[in-house]
Amino acid sequence: MPDATGLELLARELRETDPDSVSDTEFFREKAALHVPPKAIRAVLELLRGKGFRALMSVHGLDYYPEEPRLGVQYELLDMTAVDRITVKLRVPTDQPHVDSVTPAWPTADHQEREVYDMFGVIFDGHPDLRRILMPEDYEGFPQRRDFPTGGEPVLFTKDAAHGEDYTQ
Amino acid sequence: MEIVRREKVPDDFRVRQMRARDMLRGELEGDDLEQYVQERIITTTLDKAVSWARGNSMFPLTFGLACCAIEMMSMVGSRMDIGRFGFEAFRASPRQADMIILSGRISIKMAPVIRRIYDQMLEPKFALAMGACSSSMGVFNNYAIVPADKFMPVDVHIPGCPPRPEALVHGILKLRSKVLEDPTLGWRERYNAVGTEELVADPAAHPAAINVFPTGDTSGA
Amino acid sequence: MSEVSEYRRQEESVDLSVRTQPIESPEQELLTLNMGPHHPATHGVLRLLVTLEGEVVRDLKPVIGYVHTGIEKTAEDKSYWKVIPVVERMDYLAYYFNAMAFCGAVETLLDLEIPKRAQYLRVIHLELNRIMSHLVWLGTSALDLGAISMFWYCFRERETILDLFEMSSGQRMHTRYIQVGGVFEDIPSGWEAKCRAFLADMPNRIDQYGDLLNRNEIVLRRLRGVCPLDEQTLLDLGVTGPLLRAAGNPWDLRKAAPYSSYDDFEFKIPVGTQGDNYDRYAVRVAEMKESVKIVQQALDGLPEGPYITDDRKVALPPRHELATSMEALIHHFKLVTEGFRVPPGEVYYPIEGPRGELACFVRSDGSSKPARVHMRDPSFVNLQATAPMVRDAYIADLIATLAMLDPILGGIDR
Repeated sequence: MPDATGLELLARELRETDPDSVSDTEFFREKAALHVPPKAIRAVLELLRGKGFRALMSVHGLDYYPEEPRLGVQYELLDMTAVDRITVKLRVPTDQPHVDSVTPAWPTADHQEREVYDMFGVIFDGHPDLRRILMPEDYEGFPQRRDFPTGGEPVLFTKDAAHGEDYTQ
Repeated sequence: MEIVRREKVPDDFRVRQMRARDMLRGELEGDDLEQYVQERIITTTLDKAVSWARGNSMFPLTFGLACCAIEMMSMVGSRMDIGRFGFEAFRASPRQADMIILSGRISIKMAPVIRRIYDQMLEPKFALAMGACSSSMGVFNNYAIVPADKFMPVDVHIPGCPPRPEALVHGILKLRSKVLEDPTLGWRERYNAVGTEELVADPAAHPAAINVFPTGDTSGA
Repeated sequence: MSEVSEYRRQEESVDLSVRTQPIESPEQELLTLNMGPHHPATHGVLRLLVTLEGEVVRDLKPVIGYVHTGIEKTAEDKSYWKVIPVVERMDYLAYYFNAMAFCGAVETLLDLEIPKRAQYLRVIHLELNRIMSHLVWLGTSALDLGAISMFWYCFRERETILDLFEMSSGQRMHTRYIQVGGVFEDIPSGWEAKCRAFLADMPNRIDQYGDLLNRNEIVLRRLRGVCPLDEQTLLDLGVTGPLLRAAGNPWDLRKAAPYSSYDDFEFKIPVGTQGDNYDRYAVRVAEMKESVKIVQQALDGLPEGPYITDDRKVALPPRHELATSMEALIHHFKLVTEGFRVPPGEVYYPIEGPRGELACFVRSDGSSKPARVHMRDPSFVNLQATAPMVRDAYIADLIATLAMLDPILGGIDR
């Protein structure tokens, strides 16, 4: 884990190559994270690969509803030789959910980016085959967004409730 | 899916009542008597023998979906051993199996596949919904799951998450006693049906319903 | 019968003379076939679109989602305590690991200290779960290869482990034994003796499995040298766990970044040399032996102490306190109805599952329900390695490779 100082030095180095590649740093519970704007993601990941973080362990998305920009994508990087982890976080709004795909450089992101697209609607430009992976192909909607209803059946606590005569109500 | 229905005598209550009265008085004769006996005796000795053979050697379909499948596998293992009931011959092809154990959660993507497999099974066939997820929504009550009753007829529901192998065997034995005594109970009696039949999909209308694709074309996945 | 039936007409319309014409382009030789989702060899509801040239696999595309349960979405509706049973059902052979990853993430957010005894108990159950998961893998994989009796031997061992789980937590599978702050309950008396009896027996049994399979001609021909994949491709694809170790990279989170007192125990990491199917098999069998050692050391060194944290804001107070202490009653009430609140933050907590790096990402917004729970499941990422592995191999090798890959569709689809 790069400690707090190490994280700041890393951020400064990244900013030297491109001033707006890192918008913020975060050091929470001994874990380091960088916040980057969506257009800089490929460059930042390549720079981090150069620093030794050669394994992309996870690409996952989340919905920050109701804060804007709503959709977030996070990349977990791992340095196997120094046993270091760092997270790269970015946010995109729902009306412009485009992020450069890192799959050409990091093949492990293939299925994981498809899952983020399927569940949140983030469109990865440059992905070789962006289509739904977990839901049926023709499903409409992005299930894991916070304003998508969880769905399911109403629980019937008594037999009569099925016919509309539930005495518990 | 198509339900194949069978002919049944008119069960108008008044008619039945009159004939029962005649039977008790000893007044039914000849053809009437024969027809009366035919309707009432559910199993002749031959039927009983056939049911006995069916009930003691049901071939389950190898159909494991999720966690319940692991408990189904351990039921096949040596501690629980369904081989002692005669059900150890799991068949991989639905055409050769007569019992489908829906072991696990049924997602909306899988439901049409299961329906198709169930239709491909030949009569007489039985379905067990194993576990809470296939009987009802189970632990998960959300957009992605569907209970088995919504799209196919189920004979026995086995609760549990996952049900112990003992519970699964209990459910199977209940099914077995149903097969031995009267296989027509349950949904078959309710819908007055003999079984279900597969409707072969037209490959032009449903390109995903076929198994062989144009060369190299995997986009319809 | 004056009318020709449809079937007859179709039969007669088949023109066999096409075979005698020369093949114009290589693509004509390729056939794309669908395997699954209901197939005896796909280890769950996995659908594969294989492009074949004769019997040689040229390309493979897995289609998943047939057991997608929306667990991550359901978890957002439940309080943190109630998420544990839901999240356990993801990778349904490694349920202790799922609970451990989630509880570890929540404990990191809460900045909670876990008592030593709880950590040791967690390690014991995690390693027993690892042995059990590998046993199921070995039984079903041998079944795929045709060594059918292995299935019964492995499940016989598995029943003993499930007896232990049932004794400590009441359930065979999905035990929700690992809780936020420690474990649910202390192990009962007699558990340790039973566990030691099992551990004394297990290395013998593993040797017996080795005797059956290790030098078997058929196993060697089907697994040795089949579908190897080099370490760099595996690392690019994000593969971890026994697959990566079979290729020679000794990456194991229990040694690299120890969590839950794993650094107190001495064990080795089995590593393969060639990265083919046989190495994947051998690595897992050796891992079972190492897990037995870990459980033995943990039982020997099990410290006295509480089995769950003392922080009453997070863990339920013991029942006897409810009769005398008002605070205990209030804590109990709050925990059971609303649940504990977690300070806002995002955390990614990785552990070493039986199939690779299993990590849980939890985002908390300060309320008593998580705002996002995501499992980085190892099988989901490892599945991407199937296509490069089976290129230019036979269908039978595809089946063997799928077996050696150990995919668990519950984890893949979540």
